[in-house]
Amino acid sequence: MVQARPINDNWLAECQALADGIRRRVLSHTVAHGGYLSQACSSAEVIGFLYGRGMNLGPSEGPLIPPPFAGAPSKDNPGHTSGMLYNGRRAANKDRFFLSPTHYALTLYAALIESGRLGPDGLSQFNTDGSTVEMIGGEHSPGLETNGGSFGQTISQAAGVAWARRMKGDTGKVWVFMSDGECQEGQVWEAIMNMAFQKLDNVHIVVDNNGQQVDGRVEEVMGLEPLDAKFAAFGAHCLRVDGHDLAALDAAFQTPHPGKPLVVVADTDPTHDIGLLKERWPNLHYIRFASEDERSRYADALKAMEI
Amino acid sequence: METISRVHAKALTEWGREHPEAVVLSGDLTTSCEADGFRDAYPDRFLSMGLAEQNMMSFAAGLAREGLRPLVHTFAVFMYRRALDQIEMSIAYPNLPVRIVGFLPGVTTPGGASHQATNDIAVLRSLPNMTVIEAGDATDVESMLEVADGVDGPVYCRMLRGALPRLFPASDRMRLGRARLLSDGGEIALLSSGICTEEAMRVVNALQARGLGVRHLHVTTLKPFNDPLVLETCRTASLGVITMENHTRLGGLGTCVAELIAEHGIGKRQISVALSDSYLQGASPKYLMARYGIDANALVRAVEELAGRDLDIGEDELGAARTGTYFFEKQQEAL
Repeated sequence: MVQARPINDNWLAECQALADGIRRRVLSHTVAHGGYLSQACSSAEVIGFLYGRGMNLGPSEGPLIPPPFAGAPSKDNPGHTSGMLYNGRRAANKDRFFLSPTHYALTLYAALIESGRLGPDGLSQFNTDGSTVEMIGGEHSPGLETNGGSFGQTISQAAGVAWARRMKGDTGKVWVFMSDGECQEGQVWEAIMNMAFQKLDNVHIVVDNNGQQVDGRVEEVMGLEPLDAKFAAFGAHCLRVDGHDLAALDAAFQTPHPGKPLVVVADTDPTHDIGLLKERWPNLHYIRFASEDERSRYADALKAMEI
Repeated sequence: METISRVHAKALTEWGREHPEAVVLSGDLTTSCEADGFRDAYPDRFLSMGLAEQNMMSFAAGLAREGLRPLVHTFAVFMYRRALDQIEMSIAYPNLPVRIVGFLPGVTTPGGASHQATNDIAVLRSLPNMTVIEAGDATDVESMLEVADGVDGPVYCRMLRGALPRLFPASDRMRLGRARLLSDGGEIALLSSGICTEEAMRVVNALQARGLGVRHLHVTTLKPFNDPLVLETCRTASLGVITMENHTRLGGLGTCVAELIAEHGIGKRQISVALSDSYLQGASPKYLMARYGIDANALVRAVEELAGRDLDIGEDELGAARTGTYFFEKQQEAL
């Protein structure tokens, strides 16, 4: 069943503006501090689509300026907060979002700012001591609900949430953003197998297939292709699209998938819109400038994007 | 002594009747972990998770995030060893009320090192937010779910199955953080846990007959470890302290007690009767208890060491040895 959506003829332009804003904001931060830039380049359209079109979230409940870290959850620490507040209040008809590879935190924070869920100054706390705006976010960080840094766990937790929501009769979906590298974890396939067995069709998964991991190219570290065939073989309904094509992403997520989780493998370019990154290829995981000259060339690229 | 079979099976099914938020997950060991009754009574709240324990632990966390009370059932080793990171990051960090119901502690299975949970307490008590409780008889097993339910956070239940003795009256339920006082005396503090309590009880009468005053406590809460009775018992024992457990000597009850003694500056000598620092082998509980040093004879030797004299206690003076097994004929496997 194709879900009825509010008519918004302008969504493509709005999502593209989100995507452009994410890239620009992460580049700006990277010029100043270094950072996880290639992840923003590859996933900006995907994340922009999720926040601008795909997900049905309520308004943010989080403060525009994120609170300092109040300590890990514990029965003796009722003051701890969850980053999920930034994705809106829990409601039976609202969607839930799980970002699995929390190394994309900077990209997510940028998306929250671009979509008005986090104040522009929120990013100034990034990776500063005592802040929740952590480099590799935890479940207290804006937009996050789990500690996804140990890969493969968030998809299973999302599956449990989806099972419980189905049991309760919730109509909202459960969205999971993943990266390709983490699909090397066996737990990912345990989770897909399980969701197919449980017929959890309230789960939407998108995989940022940017071909990159810490050591370099995925195909040289531990090849995963054919990734879409793997998901299908484990029982998911899987489509593969150009992850920079917003209309294609939208069509993919409107595909009926009764009785199966939906997985969209989004083929992406980790240098998309920032061609300078190609000079560093294939080592793109984290940008730490080798010289002031390199930094200034990225600053020039940023100026060009801001025009 | 009364022996009863499938105590947890009955308790779990009764629990499910009164607690609609209870959901049972099983890793292909449903009858083996006595969850078959729950499965048959509440099929909509039973999840067959297959042989995929990492997913099972994180999935349970997701259920708990939605307000359900997941009870995860499989052999303990497949959770605390195979899926430790999942227990830590998915369950313990967010302090979610997942009940990790782990079977086959220590010598209770002939399944060999791959099946014997010999260092589970050491591992899990080091996790922030984790509560660790252990059963030693049928009454403890019947109490586990309600004790765990009172905890705001994850609980590791070191569970027993099969034919179990009833050492304590059915009405005398396990209480969190409260040891059971089994005998009184001023010379030796004897702290035992799990199946070792039954074994220790075989020895205590013979010790009292030799004129040794033994205060014997059965400990069921390993974390938090703050029972004032345990502290007082250690403090007042004139000869010293003996701990006895079905767990490696590293990180279990003996370590908990040693830390307590040190932190309070009590300065008592302690002898730890525990599994030697070794993996075990596939053999019967009786054989393993003798070979790896946690049977009645090992306890007698520890007492002799502490008392500084030969007690000359013969086998005929010890209470009857356990004849039950931790096995039930309906189990689908041979362990």
